[in-house]
Amino acid sequence: MNVSILGASTSKFGELWQTSPRDLVKDVVAESIDQAGVTKSKIQAVFVGNMLSGTLGGQDHLGAFFAEELGLSVPAMKIEGACASGGLAVHAGVLAVSSGLYETVLVVGVEKMTDHKPEEVAKALMGAGADAEREAGATFPALYALMARAHMQKYGTTEEHLASVAVKNHYHASLNSHAQFPFTVTIEQVLKSPTVASPLKLLDCSPITDGAAALILTKNQVPRTKNKKVINIVASAVATDTLGVAQREDLTTLKAAVNASKKAYEQAGIGPKDIDVAEVHDCFTIAEIIAMEDLEFFGKGEAASAINKGKTKLGGRKNGTTDNLIVNTSGGLKAVGHPVGATGVKQIVEIYQQLIGQSGKKQVEGAAVGLTHNVGGSGATAVVHILKRE
Amino acid sequence: MSVAIQGFGVYVPKYRIKVADIAGVWGKNAIEIEKSLGLLEKSVAAPDEDSVTQAFEAARLAIISANITPTSIDVCFVGSESHPYAVNPTSTIIAEFLGIGRNYLSVDLQFACKAATAGIIAISGLIASGKASFGLIVGTDTAQAKPHDILEYTASSAAAACILGKDSDRGLATIIETSSYSSDTPDFWRRDGVKYPTHGGRFTGEPAYFTHVIGAADLLLKKTKLSPSNFDYCIFHMPNGKFPRAVAKRLGFKDKQLAPSLIVEQIGNPYSASSLLGLTSVLQFAKPGQLIFMVSYGSGAGADGFVLKVGKGIIQKRKVVPQVDDFIKDKKYISYVQYLRFGGKI
Repeated sequence: MNVSILGASTSKFGELWQTSPRDLVKDVVAESIDQAGVTKSKIQAVFVGNMLSGTLGGQDHLGAFFAEELGLSVPAMKIEGACASGGLAVHAGVLAVSSGLYETVLVVGVEKMTDHKPEEVAKALMGAGADAEREAGATFPALYALMARAHMQKYGTTEEHLASVAVKNHYHASLNSHAQFPFTVTIEQVLKSPTVASPLKLLDCSPITDGAAALILTKNQVPRTKNKKVINIVASAVATDTLGVAQREDLTTLKAAVNASKKAYEQAGIGPKDIDVAEVHDCFTIAEIIAMEDLEFFGKGEAASAINKGKTKLGGRKNGTTDNLIVNTSGGLKAVGHPVGATGVKQIVEIYQQLIGQSGKKQVEGAAVGLTHNVGGSGATAVVHILKRE
Repeated sequence: MSVAIQGFGVYVPKYRIKVADIAGVWGKNAIEIEKSLGLLEKSVAAPDEDSVTQAFEAARLAIISANITPTSIDVCFVGSESHPYAVNPTSTIIAEFLGIGRNYLSVDLQFACKAATAGIIAISGLIASGKASFGLIVGTDTAQAKPHDILEYTASSAAAACILGKDSDRGLATIIETSSYSSDTPDFWRRDGVKYPTHGGRFTGEPAYFTHVIGAADLLLKKTKLSPSNFDYCIFHMPNGKFPRAVAKRLGFKDKQLAPSLIVEQIGNPYSASSLLGLTSVLQFAKPGQLIFMVSYGSGAGADGFVLKVGKGIIQKRKVVPQVDDFIKDKKYISYVQYLRFGGKI
């Protein structure tokens, strides 16, 4: 694939009412360029992952918008795929570099959500769903609640299992200064939090968030980064499924994620057991359980109890049988926050930092291979990337 | 010349609706709502009541409390965000019925929940400069909320009025110092001709209520060179039961300093009357010489801070008119359907 990451940065995630999308992006791009050790003039194309700028902010045409802001006159475009917009923007950047058309590109993910009323945001997000779901008044918590119920019925998954995902990811976020919720929660707190869509409680759900992330991708693998380590993107796979959940054969799996991960493992020439660290799309706690199974880290029906036992938590390697796999060291969407267009890019940034060994207190020792799993809608789009330290 | 509150009057309509009854209509968990908002019920104006009738009731008692003739009042200001008329002042209607005469300065004020406290500062200036002898200020609201909006649990109805005059032994409380903190922060608004207000959800918290209340409070502490431990009581605007508790804690006040003012638990948030009703609640127990720290808040946004010293007149004056607890205890529960009818929603 011949694509390396030269620089990677995320903003603080949270309610950033004092910061505009322009400033969010300027800051993360400046830091990424600084890390990359390249001049801005080396950037030959810009790919912007974003979902809601037009619906909520009244601003489309984000490619030219940010190119102008960054003082670049290069090909630039917005990539939209609901909550997988960021992952798709990375995929577009990888295609651009691996095709040989561009040598160095900038990938940005950005979303500004908290300036708007929650009901406006919920409605805008449902733009990612199917007609029938909108007509029925469904929201994404309701759709994932259906999946949770199905998983509970089929595999005996419990509400406590769901809660353990939130507990783990909040613990990881407590080690992440960029997280929206950098504090721990208990199983009891999750179970006692207000119900959003039964069985999902407030603390089973990822929040509405502002944030941005950026990457500099290049085909040149000569290490120019300050840490002198080469991190390659060795797989970039996308798959799609039906927009609505009603058309799917099974609610306990996301076919798009299964297919994207199979392709990714094939591209990388490795299997799930080779992954040391993963960032998966835990928009709701049930989503992480399903992701663990779709990505073949665990067999069907086995992920919930494994997570509950702490096998994918930092420090979990001592206890478990899952080799090196630690999941959502950033805090996941649940606790680091979910600025939808930025999430897929942030996942790559997190894995990049893990592989170069600069994750501080949340560092997975010896991490050499990482995976990201970014989902759009209720599973209509899935993007899987695999990163490897050379 | 220092200025004092010479008389106080309140009015709380007798009807109440329980938070649990509103929550039940919308399929919400009542216990969760009560816990998250920190209140159990709110006051509701009767179908034949509005901000004018409430203001009149409170002002009438304030004049009795001050023991002055209505015609000695030179200024009549009414603060509200639910003036019944867009054009036609509430202040002249109540002045007419109170018998204030014709020789008075009158104006209606609007600044969300802090219009009345801004009026206190303005009238104090007129009295201190010798332009007026006595001024009447009323905060009154019949706050409306769109059904199923989170505001529906808290937006309530009540009025509070005070007579301001030169400081004297008869005073209820002397105004020692004031402060104000304002900015263009659109956290809550209602455009002309629109029936219900709109709010910015969580934006109403940190950048709005907390920034402005703390801004005014810090300025007040700096101006007076006092610290929270110097005060016997503190009062903060009560949009719900959580915000005043949180802001008091952040500023360094203790629960026992705040608790006597928390009328929100029983009657909700009557907007312009909220912080003043908190003050009247404190004045039911306060002793001469005690210090009170009060900060109001109005969306849009601004906060007014006051340091008040309780006067000797408090002992006598709280005997002559009904106190806020008398109104709070005199209540009759209504159903959600009656609540909709009382508010003209059906």
